[in-house]
Amino acid sequence: MATASNSNSPATGRAPGGIRVALIGCNHRTAPVELRERVAFTGEQALDAAGELRRRGILEEAVVLSTCNRSELYGVPAAAGSAVTEEMEEFLTSFHRISRAELQGRLYRWEGTEAVRHLYRVAAGLDSMLLGEAEILGQLRTAYGQALDHGSTGPILNRAFQGALEVGKRVRAETEVGARPMSVSLAGVKLAERVFGNLKGRAALILGAGAVAEQVVEHLRNRHIGSLRVVNRSQDRAADLAQRMGGEAVAWDALETALAAPDIIVTSVGSTGVVVSREMLERSIAARGGRPVFVVDLGVPRNVASESAGLYNLYLYNIDDLGEIVEQNKRAREAELPRAEALITEHVAKFEAWRTALETGSIVEDLRGRFRKHREVLLRERLGEMNNLSPQERERLSSITEELIERVLDEPAERLRNAREMRGRLGAIEALRHLFGIDRDTDKGGKGGSGE
Amino acid sequence: MGYLSLALYAASFLCYARLLYAPDVWLGRLATLLLAGGIALHYFALLHRSMSTHAIPYDDLYGSMSLFAWLLGITYLGVELFHRQRSVGAFVTLLLVVWMAVLGWLAPHQIPSPPPARGPLFAFHITLNIWAYAAFALSFVLSLVYLVQDRVLRSHRAGTAFWRFPALDVLDRMSRSSVFIGLVALVFGVASGLVWEHRLTGMYSWADPKVIVTLLIVGVYIAYLMLSRTSGWRGARAALVCTLNFAIVLFSYTLVNLYLTRFHRFL
Repeated sequence: MATASNSNSPATGRAPGGIRVALIGCNHRTAPVELRERVAFTGEQALDAAGELRRRGILEEAVVLSTCNRSELYGVPAAAGSAVTEEMEEFLTSFHRISRAELQGRLYRWEGTEAVRHLYRVAAGLDSMLLGEAEILGQLRTAYGQALDHGSTGPILNRAFQGALEVGKRVRAETEVGARPMSVSLAGVKLAERVFGNLKGRAALILGAGAVAEQVVEHLRNRHIGSLRVVNRSQDRAADLAQRMGGEAVAWDALETALAAPDIIVTSVGSTGVVVSREMLERSIAARGGRPVFVVDLGVPRNVASESAGLYNLYLYNIDDLGEIVEQNKRAREAELPRAEALITEHVAKFEAWRTALETGSIVEDLRGRFRKHREVLLRERLGEMNNLSPQERERLSSITEELIERVLDEPAERLRNAREMRGRLGAIEALRHLFGIDRDTDKGGKGGSGE
Repeated sequence: MGYLSLALYAASFLCYARLLYAPDVWLGRLATLLLAGGIALHYFALLHRSMSTHAIPYDDLYGSMSLFAWLLGITYLGVELFHRQRSVGAFVTLLLVVWMAVLGWLAPHQIPSPPPARGPLFAFHITLNIWAYAAFALSFVLSLVYLVQDRVLRSHRAGTAFWRFPALDVLDRMSRSSVFIGLVALVFGVASGLVWEHRLTGMYSWADPKVIVTLLIVGVYIAYLMLSRTSGWRGARAALVCTLNFAIVLFSYTLVNLYLTRFHRFL
């Protein structure tokens, strides 16, 4: 995947000359973090880069997507048939002052359909380190929104990115990709939601100070829990943690009293034995009027007596239970990949249909322009020799040749419009461009895409 | 009309069932809309029958079951909108679909002859009682889902639909809401029945098995509401009580009506 094909024209195998999306970039699969951080863009840099790519005439439309796992330049080439990915790579290296040798084999380059497919896979989270993760869709929306406000997008990228946002949303809504928690910490919180529903206003107690426990707290805080108390053997450490987490420190001696208040208990104490016994929990549940308690035991060895699982209205999950759920969820997400890919294919086809409709109009316009140019030259040359023709006859000849052009163009235009298979239509458009040499000298106006 | 409402209930069930696997706001709204459409058509079917018999359709088994299904749909729709929770819709609409399909099989070929005129208070009494039974049926479904969800949580085996089920707390609140609706309907239903009987005969039939069982139902559901707030009972145990209570409702609706009561034989 590190290096990709430069061509995707099914008919000719060369870089297509019509409207196309081009992309270069690297991600967590193709480049190590040391390299990714050197080609990363800040929000401001991303806009500067997009603007610069357009000013230099490399791209007509540009969007830069940069996250911790990927840096990608998307664009619509300004010149038809140019080796645009080469120029984009050249730009990337000069922008970040990095040698091309360092990026050798680290960048992927896609053009046309495959570039759009890649964009859609990114939006759906299928290209992410954590399959189906949701954050990338927000990052993509932000990158596109900023580029749109900055004026560096156009009809083609607008269409492509709007399609990407749509497919990203659909994949998450209609498949299991992204539906289930994929980390131990999130699985713990999601399970607590299965008991309590909305966690807003609920009370949580954190025992110990493990890294995963801190992640759980982060998820809980995102859900606006009501109160957070931290208990640690070291009072200073508890105070420090409580301050960082925005909670309240509780002395270790007051642990049993503290157990009665929370709806959610997260334990992550480095100890050699059980810290919270069944009896302690039994008393705490009684003290809270029998209301349910959700306990996440992240300690190894386990901090909570395993026989507590049998207590009424107590739901106990240890690190292995959560790990098993995460594994199940990973398998479930992977099993959903074909459905997600099918949705992506559907949206890529939609984009291609729109693009070819645009190109059909564009190629006919290009041909008409070319024939008229030839006609004018021919009439100028030949009519100059025919001095005996009256102005009316010259006018008549001019209108006949104009009609001839329309008649000649009528059938291919009709055939292109009615071509059932998009692949065939694209092939025909490519063949026309090739045969009439439109790639060589098509001006920008030839694209004719009014787009949205 | 009845078949059309069955078709809408079935379409609504498909949408609700799909929601368990793929949440979609618009699909959820469509499910609710289809259910509301089914209820509206069902109302017209009941209205048509009422106009033919000049009475609310409760005198025969078909009419009574049809009214029950309609009131179940309405109660669920109200609870769904109040709690903004659609994930149990699949279970309730499945019950509606099966119920309506059985009704289609039971449907009499001829409209029954009009029952003797008993006045609006009597109609009020019967309709409220059937509404109470429908609300208790809903709480039964919700409590059953609670028990399954509780079991899954304890067994640590989370399947696909598990993540879409409503939380235990939500199920508990929905169940209590529907029991509350049922109790209010039943208390007013019993009261209107007693007033009607007193006007007619000048006495109250406290010893009638139907009255005794109905008062027992009021008692066990009040007990459920209290237990669901009591330490040591709230949660799965209260849900189990709620499901068992429904057995008494079924007993009252079937055996008591058919064999035990003197003047509550409407089926």
